Amino acid sequence: MAFNKEKFIKYILTVFALSSLFFLFLIFAFILIEGLPLFLKVGFKNIIFGFKWAPTKGSFGIFPMIVSSFLVTFGALIVGGPLGLSCAVYLAEYSGKRMKMLLKPALELLAGIPSVVYGFLGVIYIVPLVRNYLGGSGFSLISTSVILGVMILPTIISISFDAIMSVPRTYREGSLAMGATKWQTIYKVVIPSARSGIMAGFILGMGRAIGETMAVIMIAGNALKIPTSLLDPLRTLTGNIALELAYATGDHRLGLFSTGVVLLVIIMALNYIANFGIKKKRLK
Amino acid sequence: MDVKIRLENLKASYNEQEVLKGITIDVYKNMITGFMGPSGSGKSTIISILNRMMEFEDGIRIEGKILFDGFDLTKTISSVELRKRVGTVFAVPIPLPRSIYENIAYGPRLNRINDREKLDQIVINSLKNAFLWDEVKDRLNTSALKLSGGQQQRLCLARTLALHPEIILLDEPCSGLDPISTAKIEDALSELKKDYTIILVSNNTKQIARISDYSAFFYMGELIEYGNTEDLFTNPRIKKTDDYISGKFG
Ligand SMILES: Nc1ncnc2c1ncn2[C@@H]1O[C@H](COP(=O)(O)OP(=O)(O)OP(=O)(O)O)[C@@H](O)[C@H]1O
Ligand SMILES: [Mg+2]
Repeated sequence: MAFNKEKFIKYILTVFALSSLFFLFLIFAFILIEGLPLFLKVGFKNIIFGFKWAPTKGSFGIFPMIVSSFLVTFGALIVGGPLGLSCAVYLAEYSGKRMKMLLKPALELLAGIPSVVYGFLGVIYIVPLVRNYLGGSGFSLISTSVILGVMILPTIISISFDAIMSVPRTYREGSLAMGATKWQTIYKVVIPSARSGIMAGFILGMGRAIGETMAVIMIAGNALKIPTSLLDPLRTLTGNIALELAYATGDHRLGLFSTGVVLLVIIMALNYIANFGIKKKRLK
Repeated sequence: MDVKIRLENLKASYNEQEVLKGITIDVYKNMITGFMGPSGSGKSTIISILNRMMEFEDGIRIEGKILFDGFDLTKTISSVELRKRVGTVFAVPIPLPRSIYENIAYGPRLNRINDREKLDQIVINSLKNAFLWDEVKDRLNTSALKLSGGQQQRLCLARTLALHPEIILLDEPCSGLDPISTAKIEDALSELKKDYTIILVSNNTKQIARISDYSAFFYMGELIEYGNTEDLFTNPRIKKTDDYISGKFG
């Protein structure tokens, strides 16, 4: 046969599938080409460990932003981790069918809410709350962590939920048959068995938090220093790019790309840990 | 002979389909009672009623009386408490993904036994009674998942023993095991009946004939014949039983 339809379809699909790889490659190449030259010119150390960001005056230190990005990410994890895990456990182990049918779409909706809306709600409610009851301007590490904590909930919940559901039913039965209560079974058998999946959920949640931009610039205050308290404002790597890109030129613009390179490396590392580091452990 | 478990007109149905049609049976203390019967005859259903694991199933309905030592415990004892008295070994050995030691200490720890010496003693005794001690005594802290299938099954027996139950239910414990492992389990059970009441579900009639004191033959949710193993195997009163033990069906 001259024209094999099956083969043709497979060929077309392969091309489409590979194109996503191609786009990824393009993005990487673009950011590296734009971002690396400044590293070579100013020096890695001066950028990554530099404290002063004054790009029009030749200082490209982004250390405070790296620290800030990690701080809000851990803050988000502290808020969203326990909450998300509890929710996943409830969904997987306790909720009835009807509750599941209510909660799952609600979670998808939560994931689908645009981040500007989260930022908006943060500015309207969280920021004044922090200002009035805890002090400071309200644009702070703690406000940002709370909002990001909520934003990463869907990621944490859905991945932890899958991990918990994939624990074999027989593990639960073995434990229950030995006279363990349901809760004992969950925290002694189910959660430890699902640990690697739950960790992956946390790490992907961190990836989501560190990459979040819009909500963060709206509530973080964007000050250029390392926060010394929960109430201090801060500026993240993503915030830095978004805030300045519109008017940056020359070396300043390249500095933003360097910020992007650092961000990319951090996110890649997180994804790598979530996908490979944890899976390997499970195989052992 | 003391009656340990008495079932009176026990009926069970899954979604309106009756799978136990009025079972009445006395299971005697310190005996091994063999349950046999073709697939779907309701043996596992009885087991899961006895250990109340059926409460995790949807759509099952149960009628009739279940008496332990003459008492109906349905309302007086929680399932969690009951399962400490009624231990179960399943067909597929399912050690928890922990060390050998921790698998056995799991049950005692649930009962707040945390004293290391006491735990050590329980672990050692349980492993010895399950005829596993010699094979694992040098690697108690390695993962239980690394044991062979036969060893895993004896580990599951050992961890049931660690709970000091009164009754041990075994649902086809040897179905996936080689003859040597099977023999070890059988030896262990024959020793253990001194201290426990044992119900052994098996599709292997030879195994039932070998080690059980009493035998029950189930068919389509009914108890067809029950009695002393020797009598039942040499002189079955009902033709269906004869057909089954002589391998004509099943
Ligand atoms: N969870 C369930 N839902 C619906 N029906 C069930 C369920 N479990 C068992 N049954 C039905 O109950 C009947 C008895 O099953 P049971 O598992 O007790 O048989 P069994 O004697 O243990 O068989 P086998 O030797 O194959 O293990 C069967 O007809 C089976 O289809
Ligand atoms: Mg069965």
